[in-house]
Amino acid sequence: MDALDGNAIGGMLRSAFGEEMTAATGVCATCGKPNVLAELRVYLRAPGAVGRCRHCGNVVTVLVERHEVTCVDLRGLAHLT
Amino acid sequence: MEGTALRGRLTWQIGTVIELIQETARTRSIVLDLPEWRGHRAGQHVDVRLTADDGYQAQRSYSIASAPEDGHLEITVERLDDGEVSPYLVGELRPGDALELRGPIGGYFVWEASLGGPLLLVAGGSGVVPLRAMLRHHSAIGSTVPMRLLYSARTLDEVIYRDELMKSAEGAIDVRFTLTREQPEGWRGYARRIDRELLAEVAWPVDDRSLVYVCGPTGFVETAAEALVALGHEPGRIRTERFGPS
Amino acid sequence: MEMPARRVLIESVVCHDRLPSFVAPALCGAGKRRSWPLANVIKNVAIPTVAHRRRTARRVARRTPVRETRTVSPISRGFHGRRSEVDPARVPPGQYVTPDFPVLSAGPTPHTPLAAWSFTVRGSVDEPVSWSWDELQALPSEDITVDIHCVTKWSKLDTRWTGVSVDTLLADVQTSAEYVLAFSDGGYTTNLPLEDVRDGQAWVAYAYDGEPLDPEHGGPARLLVPHLYFWKSAKWVRGLELRQEDEPGFWEGFGYNNYGDPWKEQRYAGD
Repeated sequence: MDALDGNAIGGMLRSAFGEEMTAATGVCATCGKPNVLAELRVYLRAPGAVGRCRHCGNVVTVLVERHEVTCVDLRGLAHLT
Repeated sequence: MEGTALRGRLTWQIGTVIELIQETARTRSIVLDLPEWRGHRAGQHVDVRLTADDGYQAQRSYSIASAPEDGHLEITVERLDDGEVSPYLVGELRPGDALELRGPIGGYFVWEASLGGPLLLVAGGSGVVPLRAMLRHHSAIGSTVPMRLLYSARTLDEVIYRDELMKSAEGAIDVRFTLTREQPEGWRGYARRIDRELLAEVAWPVDDRSLVYVCGPTGFVETAAEALVALGHEPGRIRTERFGPS
Repeated sequence: MEMPARRVLIESVVCHDRLPSFVAPALCGAGKRRSWPLANVIKNVAIPTVAHRRRTARRVARRTPVRETRTVSPISRGFHGRRSEVDPARVPPGQYVTPDFPVLSAGPTPHTPLAAWSFTVRGSVDEPVSWSWDELQALPSEDITVDIHCVTKWSKLDTRWTGVSVDTLLADVQTSAEYVLAFSDGGYTTNLPLEDVRDGQAWVAYAYDGEPLDPEHGGPARLLVPHLYFWKSAKWVRGLELRQEDEPGFWEGFGYNNYGDPWKEQRYAGD
């Protein structure tokens, strides 16, 4: 199953943050390389949406919709610009 | 209009289907009346949500096919054989039906005049949808930014917006096709999957620092993006959007 | 670009669009606290418990949405999804039965060659014990037919598997551990009480419907624990780590329920 990219989680990110996030750049906490959020490797077909670093493949962000609320975990990012 | 399209709460809206346009055997455009719509930027998409009578819900994302200047919002959907939502949208939906959606979404895979050019749009199959919004917007604002579209489809019958694109090609837009599976008699366009050589012929010179938008299935996008980078195009000026079953 | 050019160090930011907006403190590289002025962003390390109505566990399919939605979604005329009609007593609350077998994954499909594959029981044991692929195949196996329930709301009934009972794998293991953490190729983990993988409740399954388990469904082997939501049935499983202390696995750490009983609809933490 091919991964999509961060465009596919644009709605969830927008819903959680209240503004557009796909053009933002996050630095991967594992490998230190930058990722434009729109270019993350995204796995949508899962209990949550998983965004992985395009360079090292480690998890950068996980979004879970629980009871109508979008929860965003950004532990895999060191910086977000 | 830009500001309202980006900020503010992203809420689910209910639109009414005004018109359905069969584009190809497997794709259909859906024109919607959305009283709460506040405009969009070319390249953005919407999330569509369907609800069955027992509460079951399914949600998918679809690119906006219309330009911000067009009167109504339009999306184009390709029917996936084992899809859950697309067969409904392409086969069952009727004028007058309600459709729930939220948007517009996207701040990266968008083009507007301030971003300049020259522009190379690379479409794989239904990846042409957001690029067509860009083409329409470019035309609506009378932009003189040089624009070129490379569109890969399996057959001529599967080319979406064929008449419109042919017409654009008569004007200022450079439209090139590659038909990968079957070509009509006397076909003089490309006849293979995109590769480095093909892109080298079609892309703007590297020194022009063109903006590139690539959209289509993941494999297509990655082949195109990697080839363009290998040819010397700046990765930061290549924007990608991957489509796929979800 | 719309984003302000500001470098912010983010730690475990959890955002809830229903909570009142306030500013999230975030640590900046120099150790000073700076704020990220987004609406509705909070810094949190644990998902807060959400109070909601108690529901008694019922073995009846729930036909109405569990929570009141903020906006009422219109019924999409003529939309049915891919569901089948079945005996409601077999369907946990909030689930919909599908004839398909959806493929869900948090990452790329690993492809470990069988020659390199092993299954290991380690952790709170005297000595770790491992089986190669051939050794696993040589163990007594069972053919079982079970219903499976995914937290994403699809259920599939009467699925047929072949595998080795976890009881067989733990037969010679002495332990005082109360928990296990299943670990897989690709980094996926999930945690369970040890008693939930014993007594005929769990298998290491390597065939589905009489055929070798497809990689996209977890092959060569996956854990199978059908009485819990299917995220506990770790795909591409490579072993069990027996533990004295419970350690949340992948989805448990991102807000899913630590236990995951579909009949009590324990989807998320706090349910």
